Amino acid sequence: MTAVSKLLRRSEAAVLAILIVVMIVIGVINPAFWQADNLFNLLRANVVIGIMALSVLTVMISGGIDVSFPAFAVAAMYLTVIAMNAAGYQGVVLPFIGATLIGLVCGLANAFFIHTFRMIPLIVTLGSASVVRGLLLGLVGTSIINIDRMPPSLIAFGSSTVDIGGSKLSLMIFIYIGIALLMWLFLTRTMAGRAVFAYGDDAESAKRVGFNTRRTVYLVYGLAGALAGFAGLLHSSMIWLANPRDFVGYELDVIAAVVLGGASIFGGRGSVFGTILGVFMLTLIKNSLIIMRIDNTWQGVVVGCVIVIATALTAWRDRKALV
Amino acid sequence: MSARLVEAAYPEGRPRPEIEAHTMAEPLIELRAVTKRFPGMKALDSVDFQIFPAEIVCLAGENGSGKSTLIKIVSGVYDFDEGEVLINGKPVADFGPRAAIAAGIQVIYQDFSLFPSLTVAENLALNRLLSEGKTFVDPKRRRQLGAEALARLDVTIDLEATVGTLSTADRQIVAIARALMSDTRLLIMDEPTTALTGREVDRLFSIVREIQVKGIAVLFVSHKMREMLEISERITVFRNGRKVEEGPTAEFNEARITRAMTGHDIGHERHVWVGDATTAPRLSVRNLSVGEAVRNVNLDLHKGEIVGLSGLLGSGRTELAMALFGMEPHSGEIRLDGVPLRLSSVQDAVGAGIAYVPEDRLSEGLFMQQPIARNVIASAINRVTRGLFLDRDRLNALAEQTVSDMRIATPDIEKHAGQLSGGNQQRVVIGRWLLTNPKVLILNGPTVGVDVGSKAEIHRPELIQNCNRILLMHRGEIVDCMDAQSVEEDDIHGRLKGLR
Repeated sequence: MTAVSKLLRRSEAAVLAILIVVMIVIGVINPAFWQADNLFNLLRANVVIGIMALSVLTVMISGGIDVSFPAFAVAAMYLTVIAMNAAGYQGVVLPFIGATLIGLVCGLANAFFIHTFRMIPLIVTLGSASVVRGLLLGLVGTSIINIDRMPPSLIAFGSSTVDIGGSKLSLMIFIYIGIALLMWLFLTRTMAGRAVFAYGDDAESAKRVGFNTRRTVYLVYGLAGALAGFAGLLHSSMIWLANPRDFVGYELDVIAAVVLGGASIFGGRGSVFGTILGVFMLTLIKNSLIIMRIDNTWQGVVVGCVIVIATALTAWRDRKALV
Repeated sequence: MSARLVEAAYPEGRPRPEIEAHTMAEPLIELRAVTKRFPGMKALDSVDFQIFPAEIVCLAGENGSGKSTLIKIVSGVYDFDEGEVLINGKPVADFGPRAAIAAGIQVIYQDFSLFPSLTVAENLALNRLLSEGKTFVDPKRRRQLGAEALARLDVTIDLEATVGTLSTADRQIVAIARALMSDTRLLIMDEPTTALTGREVDRLFSIVREIQVKGIAVLFVSHKMREMLEISERITVFRNGRKVEEGPTAEFNEARITRAMTGHDIGHERHVWVGDATTAPRLSVRNLSVGEAVRNVNLDLHKGEIVGLSGLLGSGRTELAMALFGMEPHSGEIRLDGVPLRLSSVQDAVGAGIAYVPEDRLSEGLFMQQPIARNVIASAINRVTRGLFLDRDRLNALAEQTVSDMRIATPDIEKHAGQLSGGNQQRVVIGRWLLTNPKVLILNGPTVGVDVGSKAEIHRPELIQNCNRILLMHRGEIVDCMDAQSVEEDDIHGRLKGLR
C-alpha cells in the first residue's frame, strides 16, 4: 500500500465513516430512509453527477479545472435530441455516440487553447462554457422539449429498471458503475492514465521523463468533454425532458463532490473510489435536505460550505504530506 | 553561522584512483572547439572538453562562467554554433537530447525532476515503462523495476513511500537510481550537494564511487571546493566562457581553483575589529533557551564586532538566530544597548533594530518578480514616503545608492531580482536590511549557493576571515569560543568532528 493511497484511503475512509454516521442519523430521524425505494432513488440520483464527477476528477488530477462540462452536456443533449426528432430516428446507441462525440469535440477545443496558448484552464473553460451555451440558445433554440416530443426510445432506455425485492432499481446505475470501472482501469493501469498523474504532479518533469504532454492535455479535456456529452443525454433520457437551460449550477456540485472525495486541487492526487464516495455524500446531503423540508435556497449554502471545508482539509493534508 | 562550510566534512585522505589509466582509453564524449553564442555574449568560447569512461570530473566556475551551458550542450539540450561533438571518437552530426540519451548520458537536475505525489517505485519505473512503449501498467513489474534500481545502488528506501515525503537526500538517491536504470555511461550532477548535510554528502560520495566502479563516468558541478577536491579526479575550471585550467585534482588546491575561477587572488586577509570590548555590549543575551534546542545561552556582542556562530545541523544555531529575530518563542533575557527587549514577533525585532538575512533567499528573502529597487526598499518603506504616497525620486536615489554601496552587478535598478545571480540576490537582501539602520545584523548561512567571487565581496562571508570571535554550538549550548585571529578552518572542522 503506497503512502499516497494510504493518505487517500484515509480521506476515503473518513468520507465513508461520515457517510455511515450521516445515514444512521437520517435513518433514526426518518426510518423511511432505509426503504429500498428511497435508497434506489438515491443511487439513481448519483448517476449523472457521478459520471460528470469522473470527468472532472481526471481534469483535477492533471492539475487543471473544468467548469465547461455542464454547458457541453447541455449542448450535446439538446443537439442530439433535436437531430433525432428532425430525422425521426428511434434508437439509443447512435444518439449516445453522437452526444459523446459532440462533447469530445468541445473538450478538444478546450485542450487546444490550454495547450497551445498555455492558458489557465479555469479561464478557458469559463469562456468555452459561455460560448457554447450562448451559441446553443442563440442558434439552436430556447424551447424545452417536453415528454410529448422526447424520442420514445430515449425515454424507454432511461426508465429501464430491474426488479429487486419488489423495488425498481434503475439500470442506469450499472452504466455509472461500468464507466467508473473503466476510469479506474484507465487512471491506475494504463500509461496514459499515469501520465495524467505525472503531468498534474509536475508538468515539466513529465516532459523531461518523456511523456507526450500534449497528448495528455488533449486526452484529459477530450475525455472530460466526451463524458459530459454522454452524461447530458443520459440525464435527459432519465428525466424525459431536454431543456437547453439545464445543468445550471452543476459545476459547483460536481467539483464539491470530487474535492470531497479527496482529489487534490493542486493536481497529482485523486481516486475513482474517493470520487464515487464524494458524489454519494453530496447526493445524500442534498437528498436529506429535501426530506427534512429545508428550503431549496439553503442547498447552495450547504454545498458551498462543503466545497470550502473539503478543499481546506485536502489542502491542509497535501501541505502536511509535502513538508 | 556559515554552517555549510563547516559541515562539509573534509576527506580523510582517501586514496584517489589513478587518472593515467584514462589517457589510453577513448573519450566517452569529446567536445572540439565548441562555441555557443547567446545574444550579446559568447557563453562558450571554443571549448575543448573530454570525459573518459569511469572518471569523475568536476566543473568549477563562477555563475555565468559557462558551466551550465556546457552541461546543456553535453546533454544535448542546447545547439551550438561552432565545433563538433564526438561520441566514442565518432562525430555526431545532429547532437540533441535523444542522441545524448542514446549515448548513455543522463542528467540529474537540481530539482531532481521527480513526481512528489507518486511512489518511489513508480518514479523509478516510469522511464523504463515509457521507453518500452507499453499501454498497460503492471504494478508488480513496477515494484520489481524499482527494487532493482535501488538494489543497484545498495540502498533501501520504502518503495511504496510517496517521493514527496522523503528527505532531500533520499529524493536525490531516487533520482540517481532512476538515471542509472537505463544503460548509463555518464551521469551529470548539477550542484548535487547544495541541500545536503555533511553526513548526507558522505553517503552521496560513496554512492558516486560505487557508480564509478561500475564503469560510469560522473560529471560534477559544484560551488564547494572541498567537495570538488574530495570527490573528483580531474577538475576543469571555466571563466567567462573559456576553459582556463584543467588537470588532475591532485595538482589543485583551493587557492588555485579560486585563482582560476576569478582570475585573481581573493583576499585572504582577515577582518580586524578595532573596537573596545570593555565598553557595554550592544547586544547582551542571558540564559536564553528555546525549548530543548537552545539551552541557557549567554552571549555578548559589542558595537562593530562580528561573531560567527558555528555548529552542526541541529546544534541549535538556527533556533538561536530565529529567537533573536523574534521568530521562536524563548525564555531568558535579551538586552539591546542595555534595554531589555520582548521579542515575540518579527515586528518587535525589526522595531528594536535587529535585522535578519535568511538562509534561503528564494523562499524567505526576495520578491523575485519585483524590480531590485522595490526589493531593496521593502523594509525601509517609511523612509521614502511623503504623506500617503511614495516619493519616487527618493526611492530611486536610495536604491541606486544601495546598489552601488553593495556593488550589486546590474545595469539598472528596474531589473527583476529573479534575474540576478545568487550572490547579487543576497547583496540585495543585505542591502535592504542595511537601509533600516540595524543595530544588529544576523546572517544565517550567508554563503549558501554563492560562488567564491561573490563571497569575497559580500563583506561578511566566511567565519574566520570576517569574524572576531567564533562560537561553537553543540546540543543547544555554546561549547567553545575561539579567537578568530588565531584559528584555522581545519581547527573548526576538527572540533566539529570531535563533537559528533
